Amino acid sequence: MNMIRLLALGLAILALSHTPFAATAQSSGPLRIEITDGVIEPLPFAVPTFQAETGSAGPYAQEISRVIAADLSGTGLFREIPSSAFISDITNFAAPVQYADWKAINAQALIAGAVSEQGGQITVKFRVYDIFSGAELGQGLQYTGTIDGIRRIAHQVADTVYSRITGETGYFDSRVVFVSEQGPKDARRKRLAIMDYDGANVKYLTDSDALVLAPRFSQDGSRVLYTSYETGQPQIYVLDVASATRQAMGTGGGNMAFSPRFSPDGSSIIFSLEQGGNSDIYRMGVNGGAAQQLTSSPAIETAPSFSPDGSRIVFESDRSGTQQLYIMSANGGEAQRISFGRGRYGTPVWSPRGDLIAFTKQNAGRFHIGVMRTDGSEERLLTASFLDEGPTWSPNGRVIMFSRESQGETGASALYSVDISGRNLRRVTTPDAASDPSWGPLQN
Amino acid sequence: MRKITIAALLVGAVALSACSNNRFDGAGADTAGTGSASDPTSQAYFQETIGDRVLFAVDTSTLTPEAEGVLAQQATWLSDNPAYAAIIEGHADEQGTREYNVALGARRASAVQGYLIERGVAPNRLKTVSYGKERPLEICSDESCYAQNRRAVTVLTAGVGS
Repeated sequence: MNMIRLLALGLAILALSHTPFAATAQSSGPLRIEITDGVIEPLPFAVPTFQAETGSAGPYAQEISRVIAADLSGTGLFREIPSSAFISDITNFAAPVQYADWKAINAQALIAGAVSEQGGQITVKFRVYDIFSGAELGQGLQYTGTIDGIRRIAHQVADTVYSRITGETGYFDSRVVFVSEQGPKDARRKRLAIMDYDGANVKYLTDSDALVLAPRFSQDGSRVLYTSYETGQPQIYVLDVASATRQAMGTGGGNMAFSPRFSPDGSSIIFSLEQGGNSDIYRMGVNGGAAQQLTSSPAIETAPSFSPDGSRIVFESDRSGTQQLYIMSANGGEAQRISFGRGRYGTPVWSPRGDLIAFTKQNAGRFHIGVMRTDGSEERLLTASFLDEGPTWSPNGRVIMFSRESQGETGASALYSVDISGRNLRRVTTPDAASDPSWGPLQN
Repeated sequence: MRKITIAALLVGAVALSACSNNRFDGAGADTAGTGSASDPTSQAYFQETIGDRVLFAVDTSTLTPEAEGVLAQQATWLSDNPAYAAIIEGHADEQGTREYNVALGARRASAVQGYLIERGVAPNRLKTVSYGKERPLEICSDESCYAQNRRAVTVLTAGVGS
């Protein structure tokens, strides 16, 4: 998508580079959050409502400021200082920042910005200040977009702030495809939906006439693979996100086809094909052709996921007698078991960084979302509930979204996110019940 | 292939769950014209007297002796009523991940299919499908419901070539 352009502000930055507070409060070093497994005290930040530079821009400035604050607070790494605590405000984006006023309320980061609207086009300028260093963090930037894209602009600003402070790529300007659910357990209707990562802008991609399961984004976010029962048998479909048109993948032989995922380069898919009650993993080109069989045991082999470099596949199999995780070459062949803890392991998903595998674990009547290294070491359970399943990674590999279903006759599924340290468990608000999230790439 | 008419469960149906609304077994089929349960060639008779389903233990697809008894009667009935074919629907309870349960339901449906073929039903009259944990019959979250949901249901359809 090219609706948003990124421009350095250039000249304006020079005016701010000589501030009276620049030499003070350097003792703590530059503003930085190291995302580690240790306990983190969230970094206090302030986002004064961005200045409206044109008469019509007030409401947009308000919304953009709120979305930025919500993005940052939602990570659990940052804590917003309420505007009621402010000593000074930013009424003029071009004026020097009163560092002492922000320091007095312990704001470590200040995000100041201005919004203008002209002919339906929104322009957002912003700067990030390291209050205790008394200096700007990075350069002022400007994003432009349309009015209906202002949440995306805000997410891009927040991604930039997150990136400058953590040194890692953000994940706010991203979307999630999922299954929207309605009705009781024994009459549940499901349809594919897509939303922003924070639950905003939900759009439906299919109707509820046929049962649909487990949509999976392509790496570039342009296509979605999913399983539908529209012919009566589960079969794999590929949906073009922009046009919401879909076509059957035509996986050829076998009875049921399900659990598809794209290869990282988008040229092929891996999936489970069932014949005579036995499910094995196959691979085929996205444009059709013969499917290559990758596993051939009489056990259940399903839920395959590629490594980010496309060379290996992690999957689940009950060949040992219970559901466990295995890794094999992307061309099949011998597989190494990597899960050895108590209980059953399923739905493995390789992290975008390549270092971890997220999974669903069942043990002693509880379900967990967990992560382990690709050799199975350092297993860490991040959640526990009656039924957690189906992890998906944020584009930067720091957060996992999953489905949590509540217990009993009124049980319903909802989406949650948790960071890979196990902190910051949050529900993602959706209009209806929701399951099977698949987190897409950063859009910009 | 057109699905024909599956009746809602009637009072006293042996081996069927007591409080089911049965929305998901033969869902979408018309409920009229299944014939009288007293007519041994009717679908109602197949469902209620023969028994259209068998149940499984947790995470297994092994047919119990009780299940084999039901399936032996299903096989005989299908041999006596060649106008019908069947789709065997495999199901799982909610204690499991989605994909695994689809595969597990396929195993269960296939176990039933295999038994019926062994008992003389022509393979081309029998199809299988798995719904995994997507179509529970009972909705509580304890074993009393799970036991009813771990099932394979033989759903009659119009016969081969019809």
